[in-house]
Amino acid sequence: MAGTALRGRLTWQLAKVVAVTAETASVRTIAVDVPEWPGHQAGQHVDIRLTDEDGYMAERSYSIASAPGEPVALTVERIDDGEVSPYLTDELRAGDSLELRGPIGGYFVWEPEDAGPLLLLAGGSGIVPLRSILRHRERSGSSVPVRLLYSARTLDDVIYQGELDNRAARVEVVYTLTRHQPPGWSGYARRVDPAMLAEVAWPARMTPLAYVCGPTSFVEAASQALVRSGYQPGLVKTERFGGTGGS
Amino acid sequence: MDAVDGNAIGGLLQQVFGREMTTTETVCGTCGTSRQVAELAVYAHAPGTVVRCPSCDSVLMVFVTMHDRTCVDLMGLAALG
Repeated sequence: MAGTALRGRLTWQLAKVVAVTAETASVRTIAVDVPEWPGHQAGQHVDIRLTDEDGYMAERSYSIASAPGEPVALTVERIDDGEVSPYLTDELRAGDSLELRGPIGGYFVWEPEDAGPLLLLAGGSGIVPLRSILRHRERSGSSVPVRLLYSARTLDDVIYQGELDNRAARVEVVYTLTRHQPPGWSGYARRVDPAMLAEVAWPARMTPLAYVCGPTSFVEAASQALVRSGYQPGLVKTERFGGTGGS
Repeated sequence: MDAVDGNAIGGLLQQVFGREMTTTETVCGTCGTSRQVAELAVYAHAPGTVVRCPSCDSVLMVFVTMHDRTCVDLMGLAALG
């Protein structure tokens, strides 16, 4: 029955776009009102489905950027030859409808009672679910120490920069800019590698909990380096976006 | 085409199995490696969705959806859940 969400069953529903906000030149945050939203966990995603006039459907997953308890917001990066993202970043306006289902996922999620310290590694738009985790940590009053290492092409490509620079207590943010650095940049200027992780990541003996999200090649390299340095494989959570862009 | 991972098929699996599946343990029928669904390699741009073992590259699961019906092939798995 349409509109009757059975527990556990995932149903497509029409969400209303409340606002579209520019984060960077190619990234938008889309706030949506979902009529039957059961609440979500930090790190979960939704599936979005677009249907064209011929009935052809294209489906993609997008991470939820907001914390549990906040209105649902998705942050979407435009993939130039993508089937779905250019519509979401360029065409969508407040008041439009959007077909989605969710929340989805139980692996790449964080709860305040999870042990720490917390290591967050983001490649490009891989920051999106990690931002939900950071906001959830702050809103829940958690004091677990956090280190975020965020790899972006340029400073202009850093999503949520104002929010990340206005960081909460016991949250450290380190950037690496892989393609272009502003004049006077003293931070990292290369892809994440074992030497960088040795400097930034919590030592393995602290049994850190790690979340690694971004393009597949980024996640493979970073998560393997963490495990080789002694991180417990079961405590290194990974989410791969595919593609090559953004980090 | 780069693989994504099993997080990306959380919605598809929930539609097929009726519950959250990304933390479900799988065992590869070829090499015997155990992994959670979220850790498997997923090729979503094949005709249908192909899930492979990251260790030995064997095909574990195939999903093909047409007209709201999903065909599921789990032949590559020794165990699911």
